Amino acid sequence: MRYLPLSDDNRRDMLAAIGVNTVDDLFADIPAAAKAKAKFDLPNSASEIEVERTLSALAAKNLNASQAPSFLGAGNYRHHTPASLDYIIQRGEFLTAYTPYQPEISQGTLQAIYEFQTQVALITGMEVANASMYDGATACAEAAAMACRVTKRTKVLVSGGVHPNYRDVTATSLKFMDLSAECLSPDPMGVEDLLGRVGSDIACVIVQTPGFFGHLNDFSALADAVHAAGALLVVCVPEPVSLGLLKSPGAMGADIVVGDGQSIATPTMFGGPGVGLFATREKYLRQMPGRIAGETVDEDGRRGWVLTLSTREQHIRREKATSNICTNSGLIALAFSVHMTLLGEVGFRKLAELNHAHAGLLADGLEQIKGVKILPSAFFNEFAVQVPKPAAEIVEALAKRNILGGIPVSRFYPTYPELQNILLLTATEMNTAGDIAALVGALKEVLQ
Amino acid sequence: MTKPTTTSGNIGLQIEQALIFELNTSGSTAVDLPAAPKVRTRLGNLKNDKPIGLPGLSEPEVVRHYTRLSQKNYSIDTGFYPLGSCTMKHNPRLNEKMARLPGLADIHPFQPESTAQGAYELIDTLAHWLKTLTGMPAVAMSPAAGAHGELCGLMCIRAAHEANGQGARKTILVPESAHGTNPATAALCGYQVESVPATADGHVDVAALKAKLGPTVAAVMITNPNTCGLFETECIAIADAVHAAGAYFYMDGANFNALVGRVRIADLGVDAMHINLHKTFSTPHGGGGPGAGPTVLSKALADYAPVPFVVHDGKKFMVEEHAGFGAAAKSYGRMKGFQGQFGVFVRALSYILAMGADGLRQASGDAVLNANYLRARLSAELTPAFKGICMHEVVFDDEWLKGTGVTTLDVAKALIDEGFHPMTMYFPLVVHGALLMEPTETESKSTLDQFIASLLALARKAKQGDQAEWFKGAPYLAPRRRLDETRAARKPILRWQPVEAAAPVAKQAAE
Repeated sequence: MRYLPLSDDNRRDMLAAIGVNTVDDLFADIPAAAKAKAKFDLPNSASEIEVERTLSALAAKNLNASQAPSFLGAGNYRHHTPASLDYIIQRGEFLTAYTPYQPEISQGTLQAIYEFQTQVALITGMEVANASMYDGATACAEAAAMACRVTKRTKVLVSGGVHPNYRDVTATSLKFMDLSAECLSPDPMGVEDLLGRVGSDIACVIVQTPGFFGHLNDFSALADAVHAAGALLVVCVPEPVSLGLLKSPGAMGADIVVGDGQSIATPTMFGGPGVGLFATREKYLRQMPGRIAGETVDEDGRRGWVLTLSTREQHIRREKATSNICTNSGLIALAFSVHMTLLGEVGFRKLAELNHAHAGLLADGLEQIKGVKILPSAFFNEFAVQVPKPAAEIVEALAKRNILGGIPVSRFYPTYPELQNILLLTATEMNTAGDIAALVGALKEVLQ
Repeated sequence: MTKPTTTSGNIGLQIEQALIFELNTSGSTAVDLPAAPKVRTRLGNLKNDKPIGLPGLSEPEVVRHYTRLSQKNYSIDTGFYPLGSCTMKHNPRLNEKMARLPGLADIHPFQPESTAQGAYELIDTLAHWLKTLTGMPAVAMSPAAGAHGELCGLMCIRAAHEANGQGARKTILVPESAHGTNPATAALCGYQVESVPATADGHVDVAALKAKLGPTVAAVMITNPNTCGLFETECIAIADAVHAAGAYFYMDGANFNALVGRVRIADLGVDAMHINLHKTFSTPHGGGGPGAGPTVLSKALADYAPVPFVVHDGKKFMVEEHAGFGAAAKSYGRMKGFQGQFGVFVRALSYILAMGADGLRQASGDAVLNANYLRARLSAELTPAFKGICMHEVVFDDEWLKGTGVTTLDVAKALIDEGFHPMTMYFPLVVHGALLMEPTETESKSTLDQFIASLLALARKAKQGDQAEWFKGAPYLAPRRRLDETRAARKPILRWQPVEAAAPVAKQAAE
């Protein structure tokens, strides 16, 4: 077996040094009753070629976005990744390193985390950011729990424009903490009145920009009302490329900004792993979950970085920790940071502009189709459209024409039949004018 | 002894590297994008015209920046990582290659089910292996890491108790030797934690545990093999007592690497156990993640598993994404976006298929053999915390350092200069000055012999006397010497700031 270095001679010598006869003797502490049935109807080891064949066969059963124009989003976006990004994150010193608990020999990871934290704080318009959470949805749940700790209140209000996965993960997490989430109905028209619902009993209001249906809102007035009620404003950003072009949540008065860095960091990868972004105001630092890297000096006075403020974390505080998170999404955070560094201010803005322009091109095309109505008046690279028949049928028909033509909103809201004719579409820099023309043409056919 | 100095601050191949913000050339970018089509802007009044403050670098500068940073990291590719309870084994590159197949990487979590049958089949195949290797009837695939899997297990347990009118059970029993995530997870699930002591021989005190069982106990969480490196020999009796008292048995699977192919977890009476794919099944740690923590469940808990999960109707795969519907009628809800850590699943399955049932059994055997070899050879100078054979990790206490003025931490830092990553230190808490070592099965005998030789030499040096000062100064040869962690925590500097802005923030933070 190619991953196992010990030879039979090694094993014999080592057993002799230990003073036992067989490897099985080392398992003598395990009761016979627990070992008796350890016979498995599973295949034995396979060569590298065989493994490649098996997994390639599985891969071939999927329609992938390099074979078919794809207009899918809903929190998971297909962007271009520069070649040097994948090279860097595959360097073994990053890929195969452990959590940087030994800072003397982990400065690479630690400095990269510090740079990541700074980039996340800058684009969200916040003061501090952590080293990452699992994904945007779990980051949102952590933000809700943190708001409850900060305000000592037990209920959060979730806008109908928040991604339904974020909403569900938050509601599930809070339920088990004996806290609660009031989740407003999905809001495809963007008409929800949050201001009228802000009361002094809520810990936070959770909103999203761009909204799940694509709407862009300025939450500044909401932030003022939320603060007046002694609560926090949590803003979710599932598509951080938007921050290259849009007013930042921090500038609107957000107290916690969460998001998913997947769109900048990795291929769509069937939705995971992503990387949860988490940023907040400095005054809430001690309530923030997750690892944080901080600057310090070594014994020779040279600048270096360490994981710090760990008295918030589970390995020190156990049941009193701010979260149970240990493993986070380090490598994806690195990928996010590398891509942001490659882009820089100029590239980040240009990438965002390119996305918006492609989405505009798609909108222009769709507006030519009778019975198709784009719902948000302002959007970034994604929007909901009203279509004249069930969106799920349209998507299946488009897939038969080799186009991944959006996501039927009904997939997320099984109890809202009134949403069945709404389709969610995204265009990024990866969609060419030709792709867009193909979708528009195919949609015309499907709707005839 | 100090490092020689150079005018640049660089030392040979170790090159100092500034922050990207300090390397900024305003207007530079390493990404050339095509021109945007001319269309009207539809951003409402939300367009930002202010600078964000991101630095600009060219592609060669970025590649060099991260390459230099990488060279300041220890990694499993470059050396031995005997971190106890972390299972730092070789990460095959085949896993990475498979995860980059366009048919697995360039697919979307919400594309039509009919166009993603291979992805669902892959998840189902991995689930089949995990269920078969553990003998458990169900597995929740979506948890993102070990601690997340613990949470999944406890959420299932709480949901089951509440469904059975047992909602008054509010306590989780956790041994003193447990990982910090266990009590933290219990608290996040709305439970109180009660600690169970360990016996002098490193096992859970079964009598004390039984005495704590009663109508308010929801579950016990036990790591097995435990963090003392020992199999909980009374495991089945504990499970029986737990079940008789109406509670559930959560087994922390962080140390599953010792048992794969040798014990079916179901035969231990387990109700839930998470599996760290990034430990046992070789997916890379990536400097802190991502991982995946699929959680196997007993029949009593299976109905409460979180969405999403894959089902097969005899003809095709489908995914159940909504709690309260269809096969997920009793599901407690959702704990992760999309379809779980798919990229990690691809890597783990790639490893599992390569190893096969025979290879996995050989791996756990070699892992335990390597740990016992360390135990036998290092006992020449170090003091094992417990007598007899260990499982896949071995723990020493600091009795052998008594009177030397040298601590466990000092020894660990001196090992860095020898080219080895330190072992886990001061954990488990039940062992004084613990040094916990897990070599894994992917280390050769010659690597172990080098490590043993270095550690024994350091031990003899410590025991010579008058060496405390030298040890306190270690490491001397790493990219950095010991860092001032107190200063980092007292005056937190958590992000780069332009020079003019930096001072007031540092002041704020100190207040």
